[in-house]
Amino acid sequence: MLDFIARRLVSIIPVLVVVALFVFFMLRLTPGDPAAVIAGDNATSDQIADIREKLGLNLPIWQQFGIWLGNMLQGNFGESFFFKKTVAELIAQRLEPTLALSVCTLILAVSTAVPLGVIAAYRQGSLLDRVVMGFSVLGFSMPSFVIGYCLIYVFAIELGWLPVQGYTRIGVDFWSFLERIILPSVTLGIIYVALIARITRASILEVLNEDYIRTARAKGLSNRVVLMRHALRNAAVPILTVIGVGIALLIGGAIVTESVFGLPGLGRLTVEAVLSRDFPTIQAVILLFSVVYVLINLLIDIGYTIFDPRIRY
Amino acid sequence: MANPVLEVRDLTVALPAGADRVNAVEKVSFTVNPGEIVCLVGESGSGKSVIAFTVMGLLAKALKPSSGEILLQGENVLAASEARLRELRCTRMSMIFQEPMTALNPVMTCGDQIDEVLRTHTKLDPAARKAKIIGILKRVQLPEPERIYASFPHQLSGGQRQRIMIAMALVLDPVLLIADEPTTALDVTTQAEILKLIAELQGSQGTGVLFITHDFGVVAEIAHRVAVLRWGELVEMGQTEQILSRPQQGYTRMLISSVPSIHPAHRGVRLDKATVLRTEKLGKTYAGKSFFQKARVVKAAVDVDLDIRRGETLGIVGESGSGKSTVARCIARLIDPTEGRVFLGDTEIATMSAGKLRPHRRRVQIVFQDPYRSMNPRITIGDSIIEGPMNFGLPRNEALARARKLMETVRLDPNSLDRYPHQFSGGQRQRICIARALAMEPELLIADEAVSALDVSVQKQVLELLDEIRQRLNLAVLFITHDLRVAAQICDYVAVMSKGRVVEYGSAEQVFGAPKDEYTKALFAAAPGRNWEFGKFATA
Repeated sequence: MLDFIARRLVSIIPVLVVVALFVFFMLRLTPGDPAAVIAGDNATSDQIADIREKLGLNLPIWQQFGIWLGNMLQGNFGESFFFKKTVAELIAQRLEPTLALSVCTLILAVSTAVPLGVIAAYRQGSLLDRVVMGFSVLGFSMPSFVIGYCLIYVFAIELGWLPVQGYTRIGVDFWSFLERIILPSVTLGIIYVALIARITRASILEVLNEDYIRTARAKGLSNRVVLMRHALRNAAVPILTVIGVGIALLIGGAIVTESVFGLPGLGRLTVEAVLSRDFPTIQAVILLFSVVYVLINLLIDIGYTIFDPRIRY
Repeated sequence: MANPVLEVRDLTVALPAGADRVNAVEKVSFTVNPGEIVCLVGESGSGKSVIAFTVMGLLAKALKPSSGEILLQGENVLAASEARLRELRCTRMSMIFQEPMTALNPVMTCGDQIDEVLRTHTKLDPAARKAKIIGILKRVQLPEPERIYASFPHQLSGGQRQRIMIAMALVLDPVLLIADEPTTALDVTTQAEILKLIAELQGSQGTGVLFITHDFGVVAEIAHRVAVLRWGELVEMGQTEQILSRPQQGYTRMLISSVPSIHPAHRGVRLDKATVLRTEKLGKTYAGKSFFQKARVVKAAVDVDLDIRRGETLGIVGESGSGKSTVARCIARLIDPTEGRVFLGDTEIATMSAGKLRPHRRRVQIVFQDPYRSMNPRITIGDSIIEGPMNFGLPRNEALARARKLMETVRLDPNSLDRYPHQFSGGQRQRICIARALAMEPELLIADEAVSALDVSVQKQVLELLDEIRQRLNLAVLFITHDLRVAAQICDYVAVMSKGRVVEYGSAEQVFGAPKDEYTKALFAAAPGRNWEFGKFATA
């Protein structure tokens, strides 16, 4: 097992090399000159050339890559073209809102979707089942910004229960933090509730046909025990897989949700960096996301072994 | 006589509308007395499992008992509430199932699964429960009960898992044990042990057993009384000896007559015929790759020397994992042998490249075990049959003409070529599979457990058909089976395999009549009902 984890951690290195190469050259190949964006509309070509020289953009592309890679290996992610800060500072600042949003979304989604899926499977064909499945189709089809604005309208504007936008750091005021994270989490979470509920229902239904469920019933166990102890745990592996994929997609979803709710997170940082051609920031953020993605996959794989003793690495 | 533990009176269970008959079970009555083993025998669809599940209250929702009574020690379980049924399960009536591989929850330890019974039905403290579980594990003769307690099902063999199921069923000493084909999925030697165990345990506790089976060998081995079922109706019931030797009803006579005898028929002497297939030191080794650990090596077949002549049937018999299917697949080059040589006529095919092998593919054809899964459900049987010959260049109309002729050979209607597999019964499908194989005009026909999934009466017909085709086409047949009775009836020569090696090889008469190898002797000794000669009754 430790051997497996070590191997998987080592395998992150080639992934990062490929991602680094790809991001670096794709950015250089896309049209748009960061120097021109920095200099503004009224800049002369001399001023632009000046800025290019200062940023090192006039060097040959391979040399630029070499410098960046060298700095990275020393733990230096470079300095943002625009924010007048090092990229590391920038990311550290923006990490908390995104992390908070992701964790809250995940807790919310899993804690509602799994019970919904289990109940829908158990009462297959009932009204409840149809309502859950109908809701799940709706959750899939609605874009998250539409859901976001609807929720703001109802809960923030009409009812006035929650604030419209903004973010309070968790260390500053916990209740204020909670008030401001609920709506974004619900918005982002709805699609995951839909996804996870569907998968839970499907895998529970499959498991309920298994012979060992019949054995469990033949033992005289109650339906609740059969469902929770025997069915759910056997259905866990596909559910876990979907949750893992979901976390990866979460990063993309966070961009839109952060914009709607004005959260100063990594998602918005990415959008801003892309729009202003802030190469060092984009590169660092994308590398960070890929590390997170690989680590989450590893966690999911380890999670399998907890639920299913037959899976051993 | 004591009061019966189970009394089924006029039980009728309705099928959902649109099924092939109105009732799954119709007006069935029988009793099981304390300490008695009653066998319900019948072919698939006879309703025997439905009766078992009705007693336990575990019927699928689509099936509804519509009339009758089921009295468990006088209490009508059909009228019992769901909560009362749960109380009765495992305390007064228990059930064990056919597939020990899937009947246990794969993510819980065996100990936990038995413990669940005790936690649900008793107020024992953890230490007492543990002691009771270890006790029952010892009673079902599992080695190292402590280790088994902590094991997950996948770490145990099929026989051990079935012992766990039996332990779970009997831990609270129920008065009734329902066993639904509990040994069908097991190897013959394991089956013999499990049958012995069930008989011992129920004898010592006076448990009544309702034993469901399709195998008359098992019936002869274990039953006190037998009830024969057909299409949901009770055909006849009586003492085992009486039913097996003096059946009153035509259907029972037909069934018992269909059971192949374990004594081989005299098949005549081998004339010096041309060798169709010969293997020399054939071997197949599976080696798992691993960076860090030592690679796992499995020798599925070792030094297998066989030869089959034209017009003869060679049987390979053995238990699961003995390598019999591996050998068949190596011969057909569905998998590549790792050692040795395979001669098809004079051509060596074991090491031939895939491209060169292609023209020789036609010469070896296989009929597989499960006729339900070995045909593409989305193409007509006609297209299935002509696909091979057309692939080898036969024009479509000629291939179709050949298919029609073959349908007659396997006694199916030639006009049904445009139908799909699901429109045929299991036996008919296996005939179609045979026709599909014959369409290639092979020199060697491999039948890999080709009759194992069929009911005994259908099995008999397919066996007769295979033998007739072999004779008429002077075909060489390689017959893979785990069923000694079937092997005794259809094979000229028999090779007994164990752990990848051929341990005994000779004419069927010689191997069955005077086995020399210890393993062969043990295998034959384990065959259920070996001491019973099933009569061949005139069927009206």
